[in-house]
Amino acid sequence: MARSMEKYLRPEVQTTPFCPGCGHGVLMGSLLRAIDQLGLDMKNTLFVSGIGCAAWIPSPNFAADTLHTLHGRAVAFATGAKAANPELKVIVISGDGDLASIGGNHLIHAARRNLELTVICANNMIYGMTGGQMAPTTPQGHLTATSVTGNPYRPFDLVKLVKGAGAPYVARGAVTRPYELIGYLKKAIASPEFAFVDVLSPCPTQYGRRNKLDSAGAMYERLRGLCQSEAQGACAPEGAEDTLQLGEFND
Amino acid sequence: MPLTTVTNPVKAGSRYLSGNDAAAEGAIAAGCRYYGGYPITPSSEIMEYMSRELVPRGGAFMQMEDEIASISSVVGASWSGAKAMTATSGPGLSLMQECLGYAAFTETPVVLVDVQRAGPCTGQATKVGAGDIMAVKWGSHGDYQVVALSPWSVQEMFSLTVEAFNLAERLRVPAFLLAEEATGHLRERVDLPETLEIYDRDYVPKQPPFGCDQADGIPSMPGFGMGENLLVTGSTHDQWGFRKTEGPAFHDSLVRRLSQKVLSRKAEICRHEGYYLDDAELVVVAYGFTARAALRAVRQARQEGLAVGLLRLITIWPFDDELITRVAEGAKGFLVPEMNLGQVDGLVRSAAGDTPVKSLTQVNGSTISPASIMAALKEMR
Repeated sequence: MARSMEKYLRPEVQTTPFCPGCGHGVLMGSLLRAIDQLGLDMKNTLFVSGIGCAAWIPSPNFAADTLHTLHGRAVAFATGAKAANPELKVIVISGDGDLASIGGNHLIHAARRNLELTVICANNMIYGMTGGQMAPTTPQGHLTATSVTGNPYRPFDLVKLVKGAGAPYVARGAVTRPYELIGYLKKAIASPEFAFVDVLSPCPTQYGRRNKLDSAGAMYERLRGLCQSEAQGACAPEGAEDTLQLGEFND
Repeated sequence: MPLTTVTNPVKAGSRYLSGNDAAAEGAIAAGCRYYGGYPITPSSEIMEYMSRELVPRGGAFMQMEDEIASISSVVGASWSGAKAMTATSGPGLSLMQECLGYAAFTETPVVLVDVQRAGPCTGQATKVGAGDIMAVKWGSHGDYQVVALSPWSVQEMFSLTVEAFNLAERLRVPAFLLAEEATGHLRERVDLPETLEIYDRDYVPKQPPFGCDQADGIPSMPGFGMGENLLVTGSTHDQWGFRKTEGPAFHDSLVRRLSQKVLSRKAEICRHEGYYLDDAELVVVAYGFTARAALRAVRQARQEGLAVGLLRLITIWPFDDELITRVAEGAKGFLVPEMNLGQVDGLVRSAAGDTPVKSLTQVNGSTISPASIMAALKEMR
């Protein structure tokens, strides 16, 4: 983390909670840079997270009000906090298991309701903290602690899911493209409506080692290959598997 | 002092209300500014009332996607500074249990109205029951305390809702109005006061929000947006909210304080009413709607020359076992009529010493009649 971002961190926090090679630190830095560039008033900003690795991005690191909730319920807690005090800028940041599996119902209903909330999904396509089990975002055929012969199911495309539920601003970024990511985060935070950013973030510890990507470098290379940027065109290359398009998805 | 006398914001004087509407008016009167809920029989009238009345009074109403979301949003709203509540019935209460533990562990003031119906499971959704006595206290995992008040009239659906808010805010605990379908749907006259005693949360800036020096202390309650940089977490935490999930001493002292802050104040919290207890040989211990039938039976028994009295429990949790022990000293027997298979009966037995306790249970979806209680009393003679 750059020294210039330290003002947003609690002085009591000395170490990163993330594994070597985890992408969540890049997301954390990108989020703080977006906040810095927007000049957001941290006194009136509330960060809400659920349970899992990504929930540790704001809590206890950010020098702001943080609400570290139950598994899956971050969006529901955030809804009450925002409704009771509309002056607050409420930013939910949590993982794909938290937001899209156990908390999937809250996510789609918040998108439908269109209350002003920013929801950031740190999507590593696996349950990291509990030991690498299959997530609703794990690509089909990939190996996890609960799918040792390969995930038999199709993953959620969170962008399509949340957009289908009515969210006015939906974007997908990746920690391998931090400058684009900062741009999406800024637009999402500045939005007066419900905004969702799916952020692809590698998990070498739990995901990589089971899928022959046993170095952080190999994970980042795979993520680069997985992502289709806006500049590369709207469609995945012919025959490409597991391709996810980056960019903003708005009418 | 955070306890103040305020003008009742709802229409005072003599009114004719249903129990559920009276509970909703009690919430408005107590200063409730957030309601998050999900429809469920037989509590839905509370939600419908709040959807109409809360927003015009400067509050917020959210119809959530399920009961898990309801209680979660209520906890979030409470930390945003609003007195907050939800209402539900058995199946919804079951869904709320994990977050009930979160509220207890993070010392979040929240009010839950449970209009009990005949369980278990979906049971008889429109019929009365009182089977949630243990569920409100023991339903979430781990050790914690709640407050639960049991109204026997529409009047108390109002007044005990106000008291539930006062206790929730003062003690920083989840407080239940443990009502029953029969009282929620009962219509009768109430007299609403011109003024009310209201407890607003105690906030001292820059004080630790999760700890104090006393083993039974209640910390200052700040809120979001006050510049406190709050760390609220359901993990074991120190007095500033930092996770302390490795240290045995932190967990031990925190769990003990959360219980002690309620149990050491039982004398202030627990309320009851006694009828004909001075010379009573047999004492009916009753609560909620059943206490109405019990009082009628006791009066009839007195007319027939039986030395019978009624001990009506208003506070169910924390359970006032000292009260039972005290009354047991002068009694030859207790009768505990309940619309469950003996949930308070066990509590009475554990405090009654050598005094015999007879349980009268009924789980058929209807209220216990005075005649049933009278018959049970005659059997005990």
